[in-house]
Amino acid sequence: MDQNSESGGIRTGVPTYMVDAVVAAVLLALGLLVTVSSWKLGATWTSDGPGSGYFPFGIGIIICISGGGTLFQALFGKKKNTEIFVDNEQVRRVLQVFIPAIFYVAGIAVFGVYIASAVYIAAFMIWLGKFSPLKAVIAALAVNVTFFFMFEIWFQVPLYKGVLDPLSFLGY
Amino acid sequence: MDALNSLFHGFAVILTPTNFLLMVIGITLGVLIGVLPGLGGANGVAILLPLTFSMSPTSAIIMLSCLYWGALFGGAITSVLFNIPGEPWSVATTFDGYPMAQKGRAGEALTAAFTSSFVGAFVAVVMITFLAPLVAKFALRFGAPEFFAVYLLTFCSFVGMGKGSPMKILASMALGFALACVGMDTVTGQLRMTFGFEELMRGFDFLIAVIGLFGIGEILLSMEEGLAFSGKSAKINPTVVLQTWKQLPKFWVTSLRSAVVGIWMGITPGGATPASFMSYGLAKKISKSGPKFGTGEIEGVVAPETAAHAAGTAALLPMLALGIPGSPTAAVLLGGLLIWGLQPGPLLFTEQHDFVWGLVASMYLGNLVGLAVVLTTVPLFASILRIPFAIIAPVIIVICGIGAYTVNNAMFDIWLMLVFGLVGYLFKKLDYPLAPLVLALVLGRNAEDAFRQAMLSSQGDVSIMFSNGLVGSITALALLLLFWPLISKIIAKIRPPKVDEFAAERPVD
Repeated sequence: MDQNSESGGIRTGVPTYMVDAVVAAVLLALGLLVTVSSWKLGATWTSDGPGSGYFPFGIGIIICISGGGTLFQALFGKKKNTEIFVDNEQVRRVLQVFIPAIFYVAGIAVFGVYIASAVYIAAFMIWLGKFSPLKAVIAALAVNVTFFFMFEIWFQVPLYKGVLDPLSFLGY
Repeated sequence: MDALNSLFHGFAVILTPTNFLLMVIGITLGVLIGVLPGLGGANGVAILLPLTFSMSPTSAIIMLSCLYWGALFGGAITSVLFNIPGEPWSVATTFDGYPMAQKGRAGEALTAAFTSSFVGAFVAVVMITFLAPLVAKFALRFGAPEFFAVYLLTFCSFVGMGKGSPMKILASMALGFALACVGMDTVTGQLRMTFGFEELMRGFDFLIAVIGLFGIGEILLSMEEGLAFSGKSAKINPTVVLQTWKQLPKFWVTSLRSAVVGIWMGITPGGATPASFMSYGLAKKISKSGPKFGTGEIEGVVAPETAAHAAGTAALLPMLALGIPGSPTAAVLLGGLLIWGLQPGPLLFTEQHDFVWGLVASMYLGNLVGLAVVLTTVPLFASILRIPFAIIAPVIIVICGIGAYTVNNAMFDIWLMLVFGLVGYLFKKLDYPLAPLVLALVLGRNAEDAFRQAMLSSQGDVSIMFSNGLVGSITALALLLLFWPLISKIIAKIRPPKVDEFAAERPVD
């Protein structure tokens, strides 16, 4: 990867093999969880055929093996990948998208899809895109009015209106 | 000529104004999602699937399959003009397509790409027309062990033919199976792995997984690179198109070879991405102008595009005939069949005559319409990429959120989508392939049922997988592929292998 040159200066961050190891460890734990819970369900032959846990038990074992194998390769493998997984700049950029997305989804739960989407698009454009607020609001409204017509009227698929249902006056 | 009769019947089914309109809408939307980052064939189909529940299955599949063709076409536009592959299978197209655009031959490159896409798809559809009924007839003899063996073959071939760590392919696949197990066990009625959460009783819907893994994950990846598009402009006019078409027949050997490679990789779940790379590599080795590849050779555009489309189209053959999809997008379409109340598999050909042949006929017509649409609208789609990412990114996230919500009308699914998005981002960065996960999630229940039935009939004796020649040879082939990474290592010790020169560029799909 030539991202070293892009960001300029020294890239700091976690090396890839560490992230690889953590993900593999999580997989291993998941595999154990699947194995144990299917064992409890009955992973053996019951009177009327294979039990509920018969198939997932095997799957759990495979996850354990592959997770464990990847963990071992990441930590003790010959070709340890010491490249930086993400540098601070990249983490910042990713979080710039991901954290607002979390707020957006929380917003849907309270205010419904249309209101939350309009606010989200406008805010994203103003803060990250450095658009003028007027342009952002117009774009956000245009997109959501289009969606409203598309879903509520043409396809007749009602979308979530939120706990507060602020758009109830529209009658949809 | 049974197949031809059925095919004409199919044309009669689809040639209604509504279906034709749906076809054009599907293609246009498809090109759009192929061009936009974060929206690809698989999650484009996943997002639109809930909107088709009220349509007839035939109209729905026409629209969604056309969306798929459109996405296949659209990937080429960004590759050639922006050097950004819109889809993983168009990575190989950038090798020669972008240099051509830099030399001001973008129009030629695009015409060549679209036309060879069409040729690839066409050859594959002809193959489907005549082969699919035969495969379906053959598959009628399949019992539970045979079906499980075919599932096994599908998943083992990911391990044997995939790129990257076999351990990671296995992990991704098993994770998909485990997620598919969550919820109510259909045989015993027990709840599995819900851990007391009510929301988990429905299980994990593959559509949510696809939208999160491919959509949100892709947006996060694009954001990390700090996307700034700088593209070449393209003018396509009839003269350029005609001039390019005059040159193309020269490359008929390349086209044919690429189509065959594509069809093979499409039927076996190798998928479009490896097909395009393999075909590019072969063309470079065999062609006279091979040494000049990478500097802007038309042939270097023809080869990967033909193969990618042939593979993408051929992936529908096992989906229709056996109920086993050859690509993630085909897997989503297969999930659609189940939702529309159709049971994919060999019986589809006898029971749903209109549906199957309508679909096959729409492949012919859809690709033709697609070619016309893309040749005329390239400047429009290229201008979409000039819209700043700060507008496109939130709109795509909104579309993904709406798509996730409409699957089950559940707020919980939107949260789940975000989690899958994060998983998709991590997996992509760590080279875990996503296709096996999605396929396992779609097929998990069916594969488990086939396995249970097979075990029931043999009273738990695994040797039923070798009980006759048919099931035995499929199982043996599957095991061979499963252990191929080990076997190839042993072979490499005895005889040093040739170096795969594109290994670094090929994405883990």
